[in-house]
Amino acid sequence: MEGLTLSDAEQKYYADLFSYCDVDSTKKVAANGRVLELFRAAQLPHEVVVQIKELCGAKRLGYFGRSQFYIALKLVAVAQSGFPLRVESINTVKDLPLPRFVASKNEQESRHTASYSSDSENQGSYSGVIPPPPGRGQVKKGSVGHDTVQPRTSADQQEPVSPVVSPQQSPPTSPHTWRKHNRHPSGGNSERPLAGPGPFWSPFSETQPVSSAGDAVWAGHSPPPPQENWVSFADTPPTSALLAMHPASVQDQTTVRTVASATTANEIRRQSSSYDDPWKITDEQRQYYVNQFKTIQPDLNGFIPGSAAKEFFTKSKLPILELSHIWELSDFDKDGALTLDEFCAAFHLVVARKNGYDLPEKLPESLMPKLIDLEDSADVGDQPGEVGYSGSPAEAPPSKSPSMPSLNQTWPELNQSSEDTAIVHPVPIRMTPSKIHMQEMELKRAGSDHTNPTSPLLVKTSDLSEENKINSSVKFASGNTVDGYSSSDSFTSDPEQIGNNVTHQRSHSGTSPDNTAPPPPPPRPQPSHSRSSSLDMNRTFTVTTGQQQAGVVAHPPAVPPRPQPSQAPGPVVHRPVDADGLITHTSTSPQQIPEQPNFADFSQFEVFAASNVNEQQDDETEKHPEVSTVEKASDSASSLRVAKTDSKIEEKTAASAPTNVSKGTTPLAPPPKPVRRRLKSEDELRPEVDEHTQKTGVLAAVLASQPSIPRSVGKDKKAIQASIRRNKETNTVLARLNSELQQQLKDVLEERISLEVQLEQLRPFSHL
Amino acid sequence: MAVCVAVIAKENYPLYIRSVPTENELKFHYMVHTSLDVVDEKISAMGKALVDQRELYLGLLYPTEDYKVYGYVTNSRVKFVMVVDSSNTALRDNEIRSMFRKLHSSYTDVMCNPFYNPGDRIQSRAFDSMVTSMMIQVC
Repeated sequence: MEGLTLSDAEQKYYADLFSYCDVDSTKKVAANGRVLELFRAAQLPHEVVVQIKELCGAKRLGYFGRSQFYIALKLVAVAQSGFPLRVESINTVKDLPLPRFVASKNEQESRHTASYSSDSENQGSYSGVIPPPPGRGQVKKGSVGHDTVQPRTSADQQEPVSPVVSPQQSPPTSPHTWRKHNRHPSGGNSERPLAGPGPFWSPFSETQPVSSAGDAVWAGHSPPPPQENWVSFADTPPTSALLAMHPASVQDQTTVRTVASATTANEIRRQSSSYDDPWKITDEQRQYYVNQFKTIQPDLNGFIPGSAAKEFFTKSKLPILELSHIWELSDFDKDGALTLDEFCAAFHLVVARKNGYDLPEKLPESLMPKLIDLEDSADVGDQPGEVGYSGSPAEAPPSKSPSMPSLNQTWPELNQSSEDTAIVHPVPIRMTPSKIHMQEMELKRAGSDHTNPTSPLLVKTSDLSEENKINSSVKFASGNTVDGYSSSDSFTSDPEQIGNNVTHQRSHSGTSPDNTAPPPPPPRPQPSHSRSSSLDMNRTFTVTTGQQQAGVVAHPPAVPPRPQPSQAPGPVVHRPVDADGLITHTSTSPQQIPEQPNFADFSQFEVFAASNVNEQQDDETEKHPEVSTVEKASDSASSLRVAKTDSKIEEKTAASAPTNVSKGTTPLAPPPKPVRRRLKSEDELRPEVDEHTQKTGVLAAVLASQPSIPRSVGKDKKAIQASIRRNKETNTVLARLNSELQQQLKDVLEERISLEVQLEQLRPFSHL
Repeated sequence: MAVCVAVIAKENYPLYIRSVPTENELKFHYMVHTSLDVVDEKISAMGKALVDQRELYLGLLYPTEDYKVYGYVTNSRVKFVMVVDSSNTALRDNEIRSMFRKLHSSYTDVMCNPFYNPGDRIQSRAFDSMVTSMMIQVC
């Protein structure tokens, strides 16, 4: 074995390596374990390793002594440098770079140190030593730089070796150089990316012989195309042999570029392996691309015209068709020019293609240029700490119309936004009964039990009435309803009456859907005022009886009273004379049973009035005409009753209203007619008075309240009271009307709901 | 929907022609070829007028028993010819126009590619995919 002359750096390096491998500190390293690992890390073809081992004499010895180890290392360096493995080369090769070893962080570091930089300068600090710090590599930079040149010249010799061994996966090698390259600009930076892919290197190291800065080795390896292409990119005339041939250019820049390209390619692989995204551009790559961009277009925010780009990419020696496709992919806005982002994407695609990746059909997302708004990072290519292409500059397409990419391409963000805007929010269709309506009904029911809740109920009623699109009449009714209710409440201390009111309301509202548009309460003549109310009450009462509301106590009695009418008027007439009768009337008024006989008494007279009433009640339901007569009778009777009470209270017909009523009451037959008519007309005018119970309640309230009225009421007071009563009755009438209408609305809504449900059920069948 | 799509250069040689893979594709080629006469006729009809006044969409060039041929000319005298199946009655004029518009825009994209030499055959994959989308039968 020849004497081995090592430089100081080499000496140190080898010593460190030996100590690293010499686990047992026996000064003898067995040809296994770390040594093997080291040799594997050297990324040399197996045959080369065998050759090295043989040459260094370890084979003979069976182990690696220090000298053998050193020789082996030297031979590794020789092999990595691309020189033929010969014993003489140990000493003949001048300024051999330190052997590089992969698959370890340290190695990567050393690789970085031995890398080149984007600058044309060759740092070439190879120190791929495991332990040595990066600085060591730096030291070797200069030497490596030269070495890179030299190996190239003898690259051809290495060709036969490497191509045989190297698989088609070129990229892994380039990352080494890439890392080296990266290391130069930012010492600390490079280590970071290395740490990650560290573990990935081992698999690569086996397959990928480490390509030294000497392109010869690289060229021999799988990524021969990128290297030459890179070289060609470097403005050097492309060499004839594209594959596995080193470019003839000896420029450092070329070397750098080649390294960079290979590194880029490797970087791609590394990226793919580590991030599962083969298209992501790393910082180093991006830096390189940006620098290339600057050579063509100094302004980073500007464009590269198509022709210049064509020239540039043609140097990559890719077929025009592929270049055309790459252009199609990368020219995002289809303007025939490349922005920085587009250029980087195109470059990246070229590199990938060079390394054997198939071109995608669509531009990968990581290569898509982002819009300005989407990225906050002002990614200027010069920034070393660049995260990567994903953080690509927002300003990339500033001069270009940012909207174009969004229009032409499918941005995730834009897609989302467009999708959002395109989403038509379905308008919910209420399939359930109106809650308000339900609430109202509930409130109505509740309101019957409480005096206070009537107001909210009334309010809700008013709302519903508005929903019904009924005219102001309804609102008026609702408004009056409030008063009516309150008045009724105030009048009626009897919850039963209220209940009756409520029930009657319900019944009425449900039964008289046709009673629409309650006319404004006509000016009631005073005497008829009370009567009308009573009449209405009776009418409504009978109406309710006609309806299905059997729950109302007052309804059933409507029929029986018929036979009694003859008797009723009599006693009714006489009653007013009797205060007790009044009281009894008052007490029994809510019952309405005694009233009906009275009413029935007027049936014969009612006939005349009924005819008139019927004519006027054309719009009413069928039930109403029938009932109306009875109603009229009852109403008239009730009104009579009221009138009687009034008269009784008034002692002697002081007020005009009571006088009328009394007039009407005394003659019984004739007076009731006009009175009835008046009343009936009034009733008709209040056709919507369905709230019989209300009327009843009001009447009862009136009756009840009347005793409370101080006896000493002058005519004025009487008149006022009468007017008040009238108004209240009007209110109650309107309130009744309102409730009835609401009931109608509720029914209609329910019908609608049922129809909609049916429609929904039927709909699926329609599509069959 | 389209059975055959062709892009003819100014000098009346085809830059791109593609038809639904059926037997006797030559028939479509022949139809396109014969349609060129009709196109020229339509162009020359308003030849005196300015090119701007000429509408790009030429409409139905001529119908045959089974097919209808539509034409479209760009301002640079590049012609698009489309053959559609006559049985496809759902195809309206508007749709044909939109298809031609798409063709035109894709063609301009191809032109913008610096690696494309005018006069070469159109080998753009994007263009191919666009034409494929037009030729896919909607059934």
